[in-house]
Amino acid sequence: MPPKKKAAAKSNISAEELLGHYREMLLIRRFEEKAGQLYGMGLIGGFCHLYIGQEAVVVGLEAAAEEGDKRVTSYRDHGHMLACGMDPKGIMAELTGREGGFSKGKGGSMHMFSKEKHFYGGHGIVAAQVPLGAGLAFSDKYKGNDRVTFTYFGDGAANQGQVYETYNMAELWDLPVVFVIENNQYAMGTSVARSTKSPSLWERGAAYGIPGEEVDGMDVIKVKEAGERAVAHCRAGKGPYILEVKTYRYRGHSMSDPAKYRTREEVQKMRDERDPIEQVREMILKGKHASEDDLKAIDKDIKAIVNDAAEFSKESPEPALEELWTDIYTDVIPQEA
Amino acid sequence: MATEILMPALSPTMEEGTLAKWLVKEGDTVSSGDIMAEIETDKATMEFEAVDEGIVGKILIAEGTEGVKVNDVIAILVEDGEDVPEAGASSASAPVPADKEQSSETAPAAAMEHPAPAAPADTSPDWEEGTELKPTTVREALRDAMAEEMRRDEDVFLMGEEVAEYQGAYKISQGLLDEFGAKRVIDTPITEHGFAGIGVGAAFGGLKPIVEFMTFNFAMQAIDHIINSAAKTLYMSGGQMGAPMVFRGPNGAAARVGAQHSQDYAAWYMQIPGLKVVMPYSASDAKGLMKTAIRDPNPVIFLENEILYGRTFDVPVMDDFTIPFGKAKIERAGDDVTIVSFGIGMTYALQAAEKLAEDGINAEVINLRSLRPMDMPTVLESVRKTNRCVTVEEGWPQGSVGGYIATTIMQEAFDYLDAPVLTCTGKDVPMPYAANLEKHALVTTDEVIEAVKKVTYR
Repeated sequence: MPPKKKAAAKSNISAEELLGHYREMLLIRRFEEKAGQLYGMGLIGGFCHLYIGQEAVVVGLEAAAEEGDKRVTSYRDHGHMLACGMDPKGIMAELTGREGGFSKGKGGSMHMFSKEKHFYGGHGIVAAQVPLGAGLAFSDKYKGNDRVTFTYFGDGAANQGQVYETYNMAELWDLPVVFVIENNQYAMGTSVARSTKSPSLWERGAAYGIPGEEVDGMDVIKVKEAGERAVAHCRAGKGPYILEVKTYRYRGHSMSDPAKYRTREEVQKMRDERDPIEQVREMILKGKHASEDDLKAIDKDIKAIVNDAAEFSKESPEPALEELWTDIYTDVIPQEA
Repeated sequence: MATEILMPALSPTMEEGTLAKWLVKEGDTVSSGDIMAEIETDKATMEFEAVDEGIVGKILIAEGTEGVKVNDVIAILVEDGEDVPEAGASSASAPVPADKEQSSETAPAAAMEHPAPAAPADTSPDWEEGTELKPTTVREALRDAMAEEMRRDEDVFLMGEEVAEYQGAYKISQGLLDEFGAKRVIDTPITEHGFAGIGVGAAFGGLKPIVEFMTFNFAMQAIDHIINSAAKTLYMSGGQMGAPMVFRGPNGAAARVGAQHSQDYAAWYMQIPGLKVVMPYSASDAKGLMKTAIRDPNPVIFLENEILYGRTFDVPVMDDFTIPFGKAKIERAGDDVTIVSFGIGMTYALQAAEKLAEDGINAEVINLRSLRPMDMPTVLESVRKTNRCVTVEEGWPQGSVGGYIATTIMQEAFDYLDAPVLTCTGKDVPMPYAANLEKHALVTTDEVIEAVKKVTYR
């Protein structure tokens, strides 16, 4: 049923927008749960890093993006791909290593790309995507358009040297790049407090003259608003901007991480008190933007999408053996979409 | 509808595990995200969460059970008021990939081989006879090639340390800032890892960067982006995007600059699928290969040499002179032995050939020019004629370019060989500073002569 257009209780957020966020975050949540299940069944192999708990970050920032803006991230990339509109079927089929995957099964969970959606990976080396993102922004500035690149990295990557090499050049050359530090508080098993004495990660940008701010990453509306400030800064030609988004991953670092470095209570407390999807759900119900039944219908719809993706990912055949030898070199320069 | 809960795989290598502890009991209601059990893998004890909602109808594997196979049914989840079905009754039995039968393990061996055809050797000249020639230094040739390609294509730009205002640490980019401006000739801070990554990102974004390393020694700081980001993305993206760009700069030993500034990376980069690797010797090589490198839609490693920068060679005066990759050049024809080299190694190879001629040994000298792709048809055709081969390079012996050539000759032309292939390389030591030691650490013309005499039994 169409959502009722009605102002939200706090600020001027439309029902349509809230329901959109709810839907997109729920899609990521359910997709990741399904991916975890398929991993357990042996259909997904290798490393698989789930995004559960962090959904508000990408959904909020995608709401601040415009057509043609670019994004690049690390190996915890399923949420980013879903949020920028990549087909869940193609993502799930890449996870199962099948022909119907975004990389024809040759990339896997950590390496997917979409020229059409301006998604530039999917990179497995911690922080390598940071200069790559600045390079994408460089290409837009060179071409003279006003596109912005969202470059996502974690609190772990924030201690890599290449991040600061990139900050320096990005500010020096006024590159239109939003550096998004997804601070989920654990770099694999090492908490932020055990890896740095910096009081905050975004403030390190000050050493290079880059402005930024800390954002509540469990609140999709706050993320979106911060994203809009960052994008406005970049589009105005003022150079890069840093968002340190405080978030939390419910699952282990990867599927094989028992997560013994934090208590079960810590995780449960986050889930009970800060869950990004529950927060929006409450706003929707309290603001009477939709009924429980409306939300149930959305849940059902999302479940069907995820189940279809899972089915597709099982039915799509493994890549033909000839694929082993393709895409190593190309004869034509891939054109920008 | 009842849902079977299967023993999960909880690591990339897990096949079975111990069901250490149930955290739910029969009759409990669970929802997505609730922890149901603790499972011990070979590495750790993991918590196992519910994905679906329901009531625990039956627990089929008791806690403490060891050796539970992945995908065995461990419990059954039912909806309110539903009966517990027999295990295995529903359709959700252990799934296998749809076409497991045709998986790579059972693939015919032929499909595993690279489908590259054995091309005949292309020995056509680089330019037509009668073309006007102009004496040019390697330095000027490189600059001219970049300038021509930058005039031709707005998306080509040059970035690196001191490439713009300083006019190039080795003056390779002399005059480019004046002609193309600061937008396209860009001085970077000293930050190889960072600017190599930015270059790769710019290539993903549709530009054609030329990234200059002041020397390739400094590219070790950036090698992750060269290999993991530039070389592999086309493959990892299923052909959707790649890095059309050139990484260039002087490579190998210069003179008296010590161990950290004197290293030949030819064999390193030559190993990487997704990269093209070239190493010019003459000014015409430098010009023709550089123009091809800039136009190539793949990442190219362009290995120059500081000592060769100032040498003068004839370069054809043509509107658009290019040299294709994978085409070696026979610099000197001969029948008695094949000497294969590339880059500065050619100076030793050619000097040796001249001296050997005085002794009546007629060497054929092949200048490989590109190392990946490598023109093995030309090398093999020559070896089938001379029946002997010596390779020459400045790099270290273990895992050398010559080692690869020797192996290929052994595999492809064993019956034609009248002597083992000998590889002349740099000595297996870090580069010393002392003048006498440095000279000794490099490959020498005398060593090449000696190797040729050995394989010709003279």
